[in-house]
Amino acid sequence: MEVVLVSLLNGLVYGMLLFMLASGLTLIFSMMGVLNFAHASMYMLGAYFAYSVSRVIGFWAALVVAPILCGVLGAVIEMYALRRVHRNGHIAELLFTVGLAFIIEKGVQMAWGLLPVPYRVPPVLDRALFHIYGSNFHAYRGFMLLISILMFVAIWLLLTRTRIGLVIQAALTHPEMVGALGHNVPRVFTIVFAGGSVLAGLAGVIGGNYLVTEPSMAATMGPIVFVVVVFGGLGSLTGCFLASLIMGLVQTYAVVLDVSFADLLARFGLKVTSATPLAEVLTMPLPRVGALLPYLMLILVLLIKPRGLMGTRDT
Amino acid sequence: MSAVGTAARPIEAGGAAGFVRRQWPWLAALAFALMLPWFSYDWSTGRHSGFIVSMLSQIGISIVFALSYNMLMGQAGLLSFGHAVFLGLGGYVTAHVLNATKAGSFPLPLELTPIAGALGGLVFALVLGYFATQQRATAFAMITLGIGELVTSAAIMFQTFFGGEGGVSTNRMTGHSLFGLGYGAPIQVYYLIVAWAALSVVGMLLLTRTPLGRMANACRDNHERAQFVGYDPRMVRFFQFALSGLFAGIAGALYTLTYEIVTYDTVAGPMSANALLMTYIGGVGVFAGPVVGAVLIVLLQSWVSLLSNSWLVYAGVLFILMVTFAPMGLTGLVLVHQPIWRGGRMRRLIGPYLQLLVPVLLVVLGFVLAVELCSFLTIGAAQGKSFTLSKITIDPRSARPWLIAGALMVGGGLWLRFAMRRFGTAWSAVSEEVKRAELRA
Repeated sequence: MEVVLVSLLNGLVYGMLLFMLASGLTLIFSMMGVLNFAHASMYMLGAYFAYSVSRVIGFWAALVVAPILCGVLGAVIEMYALRRVHRNGHIAELLFTVGLAFIIEKGVQMAWGLLPVPYRVPPVLDRALFHIYGSNFHAYRGFMLLISILMFVAIWLLLTRTRIGLVIQAALTHPEMVGALGHNVPRVFTIVFAGGSVLAGLAGVIGGNYLVTEPSMAATMGPIVFVVVVFGGLGSLTGCFLASLIMGLVQTYAVVLDVSFADLLARFGLKVTSATPLAEVLTMPLPRVGALLPYLMLILVLLIKPRGLMGTRDT
Repeated sequence: MSAVGTAARPIEAGGAAGFVRRQWPWLAALAFALMLPWFSYDWSTGRHSGFIVSMLSQIGISIVFALSYNMLMGQAGLLSFGHAVFLGLGGYVTAHVLNATKAGSFPLPLELTPIAGALGGLVFALVLGYFATQQRATAFAMITLGIGELVTSAAIMFQTFFGGEGGVSTNRMTGHSLFGLGYGAPIQVYYLIVAWAALSVVGMLLLTRTPLGRMANACRDNHERAQFVGYDPRMVRFFQFALSGLFAGIAGALYTLTYEIVTYDTVAGPMSANALLMTYIGGVGVFAGPVVGAVLIVLLQSWVSLLSNSWLVYAGVLFILMVTFAPMGLTGLVLVHQPIWRGGRMRRLIGPYLQLLVPVLLVVLGFVLAVELCSFLTIGAAQGKSFTLSKITIDPRSARPWLIAGALMVGGGLWLRFAMRRFGTAWSAVSEEVKRAELRA
């Protein structure tokens, strides 16, 4: 029970962090048809910006400044580069973001060095919030959960209650029609791209000190966020939300549940020894396989339900 | 991506002379590849330069790998992010076969071990490709990304087949050879690589002329119309994927023979990205494009990495520039000149090109200076190096070099903009002239 509850909380924190990244990506992907490989790089930049800014004016200012910097960068990338590459077709666009992610990673290495930077949780939040079955629930996790819920509510209000939100929603499913109705679709694209970058940057600010701020953080987070977006389905924020939570919980529970196929087979009276074929696969404990699970889920969902959990369009 | 270059010419009869006339660039490249190690031959010690031979071997492996990648990307329009999986798995299979040969249980001559790698690549491509090719476009790219990550994690985890993090070591001196060669010297392996690379190039070139190759192009350009013709695009993708895995497996086998160790690096993302980089920079629309890309990237990798910490930055910037301004790659850029060349007006472009050269050099110089300053400030400082340019030590902490770099980039950039516009006018004037001359003829 204890493990289940603590992991539930941790899984929620991680899932909401994933959602913060994935929501921007799914909006960009759905509207522009571009799978933005540089999205996780924005997350990394958010963390690094926050580290540098917080050393000068403190964490709380960085919480605002760093995402804005990411948003500006995103807008510049969309207006001056992506729009140009768009003419060369979807594959060129996708490859452009791949190259961008690559250069951002190298740029971060050059600007901040190869080693992790000491970006730490602010001292105010560096304590236990409450105790649960003898283990601490860290205050910073509560803060992350709070920020991500606030962000979720903000996005939801923005998308459903404002004019631009309605245009964005319409452009998710019928981009051509929105253009035909006289809306400035390229500007909507820029706004969404910048907005997505802000969210990714924010995720970096609050995730960078929770996890580790290092040059490879984009490469480790990137594929998982893709999995979430594809798993949730194109054009559906709800699907994306569900997929984020599922992924967060699956990854958290995979770490704490120490079982393997061999244990499962043992219940049915089958004993796995070192002589059994594929013994190595069967006895591999779940925590070690945890890293594989997202990709297995991705491949399975694309084969069974190519549109993803709640997707409305083909990828 | 329009079809250029791979368009099948009717295979003319014409005997040996005709063959030489048509295929002279390939034959010249082959002769060049055979001669190259001897340019670095040290007659006093009777040895080849190890650096050159290992670089040439790497070029040979990369050519096969990049060409096999282009079977998907250029010829079938399938963007894969996990192509290294088949290189790596081919390599693992070869390593196990070599170890079995060494142990005496499987006496396969070393010259034929790439067949084992090819079969390994083929079998895994059949299995994994069955899933991946259910989809096309972005979904296909995502599945291959997933497969790539999956196999990489599996390679780190499992000991029996992959050897875990340490990988599988082997020894190419198995004592079994068709020609009684020992293969202790890298130069012997190099010639083996040349032979297998030549075979693979011929194989892949011929494949583009088979119905499968033509249908792959058709499905790339318009898969719905290809369906109407009566072919199943899924099967076309599947077969193309499987054969591409076969050739990647050959590349993996050659890799194993060269380095005598296979680790999870060979199946991991950076290796797949390498294939993408080489293929795209070389040009996806021309059969020989990936060859050009492979040669260029390996040269960059081996030489620039000796000079600079940040060669990957340059490769990345080159990639972005190609995607933005020249989506058909380097060979595509060359092919654009074909009508002007045929019209005999190349000479008129020399002047405008020379005028472009100066600002381009300025910008490149400024950019390289800025990147190097940056990297010496952090990575170089951590390694305790100092930035020296022909005996002058540059201090990356002072403002002057930064100002020079900035001035070079901004000034050169403005000049380049101006020069580009003038080049554009000259270019359209010349091509207009060529078109009119063609109409008159």
